[in-house]
Amino acid sequence: MSAPERGGTCVFLGSVRNGPEEQGVTAIEYSAYEEMVEAEFGRLLADARGRWPDARIAVRHRLGRIPVGEASIAIVAAAPHRAEAFEACRFVIEEVKRRIPVWKKELRVDGTETWVDPSGHPTPHPLTHD
Amino acid sequence: MTTTATATIRVRLFARYAELVGRAEAAVSVSLPATVDDVVRRLRDEFPGARELPERPLAAVNLRQVKLDARVKDGDEVALLPPIAGG
Repeated sequence: MSAPERGGTCVFLGSVRNGPEEQGVTAIEYSAYEEMVEAEFGRLLADARGRWPDARIAVRHRLGRIPVGEASIAIVAAAPHRAEAFEACRFVIEEVKRRIPVWKKELRVDGTETWVDPSGHPTPHPLTHD
Repeated sequence: MTTTATATIRVRLFARYAELVGRAEAAVSVSLPATVDDVVRRLRDEFPGARELPERPLAAVNLRQVKLDARVKDGDEVALLPPIAGG
C-alpha cells in the first residue's frame, strides 16, 4: 500500500461491539451473498479509483462468527495526501454499509439471537419486521 | 396456436429471508415477459413462508442490484436481499 509518492495512509477497523445499546452481545454471526460481495467490491473499488486515482485501497470483510472486540472489517487507503486517504477510507466503509450484501445476527449472553437492521437497531421480532 | 415462453429462475434467499421461507434457494417458473416482481409473486404462491417477505424487497439479478420492474430471462439468478447490514 505505502509508496514514496503516497504520504498519507488511513486504516479503518470495524469491530464487533457490545455497548449499552447491544445488551449483552457476545458475538456477531456474519453471512453474505458471497458471489455478489466479490462483484460489488470490484465495482465499489472501481468507483473509488475513479474518485481518487492516485490512491491505493484495500478492503477485507470477515464472515462467520466473530466475537466482541474482534475486527469484522479492515480498510486501508493510502494516498499522496492525508485528505484523500481519509476521504477514500470513509467512502469505502459508507459504501460497504450501503451496497455490500452482508448480514449480521447478534448473539447474546442469554442465548437469544437478533438480526440487525441497517439503522443499527435490532429487529424487534422475526416476523414483524418489514 | 400461440405458445407462451417460460423462464426458469434460480431464486436465492439470505439471512432472515432464508429463515422466513425455510430455504436458501428455489427454482421458479414464470411466463415471459416477466419482471423481478413477478418472480417474487411466484415465490409467494409456491412457498407459504415467502408471504412473510416484505412487499418490495431489495433484489439483485445476476449479482447486480436492480429495481423490481427489471426484466428477467431464462437462467437468471434473482436474489432477495434483506436490508444490508455489513461492516
